[in-house]
Amino acid sequence: MSMNHTVAVLGTYQTEFKTHDPDHTFAEQAQIAAAGALKDAGMTPGDVDAIVFSLAPTYFMGVADADRWSIDHIFGAGKPMLRVHTGGATGGSAVQAAYNLVRSGLHRSVLVVGAERIAETPDAQDVLNLIFDVFYERDMPLSTNTSVGLWTTSYMARYGYTEEDLARVAVRARRHATKNPHAHLKGLITVEDVMASRMISTPLKLFDICPRSSGSAAMVVGNMDMAKQFCSRPAFINGVASRTTTYWIGDRMTPTTDADFTDFVIAGEAASVCYKQAGITDPLEQVQVTEFYDPYTVMTPLQLERLGFCAPGTALRLEKEGYWDMEGGAVAVNPSGGTLCTNPIAVSGLVRAIDAATQVMGRAGTMQVPNVHNAVSSAVGGIAQFYNCTVFGDQPHGH
Amino acid sequence: MSERNTEPGGVINEVVTLRYDYSLGEVAGKFMEGLKQGKILATSCSKSGLTYLPPRAYCERSFEPCDGWVEAAFEGVIEASTIVVRGFQGKRNPPVAIAYVKLDGIDSAIGNYVDGLDLSNLDAAQKRIAPGKRVKVKFGATREGRITDFSFVCAD
Repeated sequence: MSMNHTVAVLGTYQTEFKTHDPDHTFAEQAQIAAAGALKDAGMTPGDVDAIVFSLAPTYFMGVADADRWSIDHIFGAGKPMLRVHTGGATGGSAVQAAYNLVRSGLHRSVLVVGAERIAETPDAQDVLNLIFDVFYERDMPLSTNTSVGLWTTSYMARYGYTEEDLARVAVRARRHATKNPHAHLKGLITVEDVMASRMISTPLKLFDICPRSSGSAAMVVGNMDMAKQFCSRPAFINGVASRTTTYWIGDRMTPTTDADFTDFVIAGEAASVCYKQAGITDPLEQVQVTEFYDPYTVMTPLQLERLGFCAPGTALRLEKEGYWDMEGGAVAVNPSGGTLCTNPIAVSGLVRAIDAATQVMGRAGTMQVPNVHNAVSSAVGGIAQFYNCTVFGDQPHGH
Repeated sequence: MSERNTEPGGVINEVVTLRYDYSLGEVAGKFMEGLKQGKILATSCSKSGLTYLPPRAYCERSFEPCDGWVEAAFEGVIEASTIVVRGFQGKRNPPVAIAYVKLDGIDSAIGNYVDGLDLSNLDAAQKRIAPGKRVKVKFGATREGRITDFSFVCAD
C-alpha cells in the first residue's frame, strides 16, 4: 500500500466525565483535551496542520456554535478548522473527517477535539423535543428517550425478549465501567436494580438509559511520516464508513420500507463497507474489542447483530451466557462501559474511537484487554439517522 | 433573576426566550386544512407508487415531485408504540401512550397519541398497543388544524 494512504492515531486524551463541571468553562474544557492529546503524542501545536471540532447541538449549553468560542483555547488561530455535527454520531464523524483530511494528503496531522456541557440547562428534554418535525411530531412527547422506547418495543416484539433480557446489558456495562477511570456511572448493579429503576418510556427504565455527561476529549491523527516521528505503536485507522437514512421514523417501519428501523439496516450497510476496507471477514475471530455507541440498552444487541458478531435476534440470548463479557467472553464489548455509562453527546463518538484505538495501542490502562489486534468503534446520531463505524488495527491494512 | 454567584465554581443564571413563525408551506397547509374537515390527507407519487403520511412534496424514492393526494383510511396497524411515563412540560400530563400507525392504503406510518387506554397497569396497556395491533382514528370534538385533532383508539 502507498505510505500516503496510511492514517494513524498518534495521541489521545479524555477527561473524567460527570454531570456538571463547575471548575471550567466549555472552552477551558476543550483546551484541557487539546493540550492533553498533544502531550500524549509528544507534539507541539506547530506539529498540527488542521483541526476538526467535534460539536453536536449547542442548545444544551446555551452558547450558539461554541466552536468559535474555543479557537484560541485549542491553538486553532491561523489553522484550517472545521466543525462536524451529525448529532450523537458527531464524534465518530469527526474522526472520519480528520482521517479523510490526512488520507487525501492535504495535511500531515489533524487534531480532533471537542467538549460537552449537556447539563448546563435543566430543560434538556424540551431541547430534545425540538429535533422533531414542528407540524406533525412535536405535539407528542417525543424525545430521544421516547423514540427509542418505540424502537425497543418493536425489537422485543420481533425477537421475543423481556425487559430482564435488556437489563443484563446495563449490568454488564456498569460492571465494565468500574475499570474505567473516566466513566460517569459505574458499579455493580443487578437485573433487579435495573427493573426497580424508574420507568421512563415503556419498556425503558432509568438504568436502560445513559446519563448526561460533561467533559472533553481529543485525538491526534497523522500520516505515516508523523507516526514514525511521534508514535512507536500507533493505532492504524483501517476502515471507515458511514450511512444516513430518512428523517421520518414512520418511513422506516412499514412493509414497503427500505430502511428497517427495528433492525437498524444502516448499521449493517456501514459495517460491511468498513470491514471490507479493513480486511475483516470474520468479526468474532478478528475483532477483540468493540466500543459501540450504546446510549440505550437496546443499541448493544442491535449492533452486535448488524455488525456480524452473531445472528439477528440472538445477541441478548448470548448476553445471558456471558459472550460479551470483558473477561471470558467471545469478544470484549465496551470494556469502557460505553455510552450507557457516559454520554457527553458532542464527544461520545470520539470517546468510543479513543477507547477502541487505545486498546490497539496497548495504552488502555486499567481497561486494557490482552492481545488486541483490531477494535471497532461506532457512533449513532439523530433518531438513528446517522451511523458510522471505524476499525482500528495494530498493523496498517491497505484499501 | 437570582443574585449572581461570582465565586470560583459558581454559576450565572440566564433565561433565554425566543419566538418563531414557522412557515407551513403548501403541502402541510393542505394537510392541516384537511384535518379541520375531518380528513387525513397523504401525498402520492405515480412514478414510485408510494403514498406518504405525513405528506411530502417530493418522493424520496423516485426523486420526483409527489403528484397526487389521497385520503387515508381511518383504520390501521401499530408499527411501534410506547407509554411515556416521564413526561415533560408543555405536553399532555403523563402517562400517555403514543404509537406510529400505518393507516390502511398508506405506505408510511404516522405518530399520534393512543387514547381510551387503561394505563393503570403498564404491562397490560403495552400489550394492548403492541406492534401488529389494529387501531382506529378518532377525531376530537373541536378541530383546529393540528396533528392532535385526531388520535388513535384500539380497534378491538
